Amino acid sequence: MERGTTRVKRGLADMLKGGVIMDVVTADQARIAEEAGAVAVMALERVPADIRRHGGVARMADPTKIEEIKDAVSIPVMAKVRIGHFLEAQVLQALGVDFIDESEVLTPADEEHHVDKWAFTTPFVCGARDLGEALRRIGEGAAMIRTKGEAGTGNVVEAVRHMRTVTREIRRLGTLGPEELMAAARDLRAPYELVAEVAETGRLPVVNFAAGGIATPADAALMMALGCDGVFVGSGIFKSSNPPAYARAIVEATTYWQDPEVVAKVSRGLGEAMPGIELETLDDSDRLAVRGW
Amino acid sequence: MRPKVGVLALQGDVREHLAALEAAGAEPRTVRHADDLAGLEGIVIPGGESTTIGKLAVRFGLFDPLRAAIAGGLAAYGTCAGMILLAVGVTEGDQPLLGVLDVVVRRNAFGRQNESFEVDLDVDGLDTPFHAVFIRAPWVAKAGEDVEVLATVGDHPVMVRQGHVLASAFHPELTDDPRIHRLFVEMTG
Repeated sequence: MERGTTRVKRGLADMLKGGVIMDVVTADQARIAEEAGAVAVMALERVPADIRRHGGVARMADPTKIEEIKDAVSIPVMAKVRIGHFLEAQVLQALGVDFIDESEVLTPADEEHHVDKWAFTTPFVCGARDLGEALRRIGEGAAMIRTKGEAGTGNVVEAVRHMRTVTREIRRLGTLGPEELMAAARDLRAPYELVAEVAETGRLPVVNFAAGGIATPADAALMMALGCDGVFVGSGIFKSSNPPAYARAIVEATTYWQDPEVVAKVSRGLGEAMPGIELETLDDSDRLAVRGW
Repeated sequence: MRPKVGVLALQGDVREHLAALEAAGAEPRTVRHADDLAGLEGIVIPGGESTTIGKLAVRFGLFDPLRAAIAGGLAAYGTCAGMILLAVGVTEGDQPLLGVLDVVVRRNAFGRQNESFEVDLDVDGLDTPFHAVFIRAPWVAKAGEDVEVLATVGDHPVMVRQGHVLASAFHPELTDDPRIHRLFVEMTG
């Protein structure tokens, strides 16, 4: 009997496909998420929009909070660690969370190195802006990838950019001959074996979700139409005027993204979405997606 | 003729089941609406989150037609979440269940993700062990008299069959071994 294998780690990500993973900060919010049909919850101290407003150093959530949320729901519970903070990751593994998000939303602990994710039984998800970044994280052992987007803005533009970039780069690899793959690996700054694998299969070797700025059912459906396997929603649910309704509508739009009639129906009468932020108004120092490499 | 087998495609590892069914000699298709059930000879309920799949099936009017179709003889196979949805009961909690397989299932019975595992498993009817992948897997806590147990881990049934309904707590769709999907495709005949 083998635990913590690559197959078992990537397999849990496979089971989340077509689903919505919701940021929650209390056990009550976790129950609302589960009731709405979330496939997993992300246990946090503060949602990204509040992390932006609050400033200071953002860290792993208090273990008490994570335990309360674990006890409140039957679906998988994820939690975030700072980039490179392998000690926070060891704590989350000891707490028995189901997935660890090594996240740019928290303040990075190491500007050069990410966590060696092969060393863990618990699977990891990491953010990526392009194919090279995704393959570097997979090379370090990530079992799932998500777009970085720009968390806490309610603005989907960066998630769209990141997903389109990954897709375009995967397509391009498929057009290359075998003798061109080493140069492609050099240009992408990615492990050759993974570049060769993607060139052959035409897809990432792990599940790829959308994250960062998804605020409405139509945003979620858009990301599915662009080829994402599922959706993370951070501030979009509990910063809206009617969280249970938003949560449910986003779940339904993620499943029925191919049916605009369904997306139209579930989008009706939801009340106010979370307030959004124009990206041009953000200082470079306030952009989270540039954290990590 | 390749039998037409649907995969309930509301959430979960649908793509892997479609590929496994194709490899096992079926003609797979996705099922998202009640009218997608027409003309099917079998239905697979994939791995995923049973609460999510169940709620969506209820909200979009698939739940009752699906239950009626299986009760009326449509062959069904559920993996993991699919096993839970086919069951008549779960040991904890309250969620929509199809109730077409006379078992009570314990969800996440082996534990959380850190306890997920793979193992070579003896399965009744297969000559050699099957490499089985268990992910936050359930087990059968109580099985009715008409339920045949095909595989166990410890004392716990992890693969069962009752007439035209098959269920496993593990995920044959995550490996390249088509034997269990082939067994199911034969059941559709």
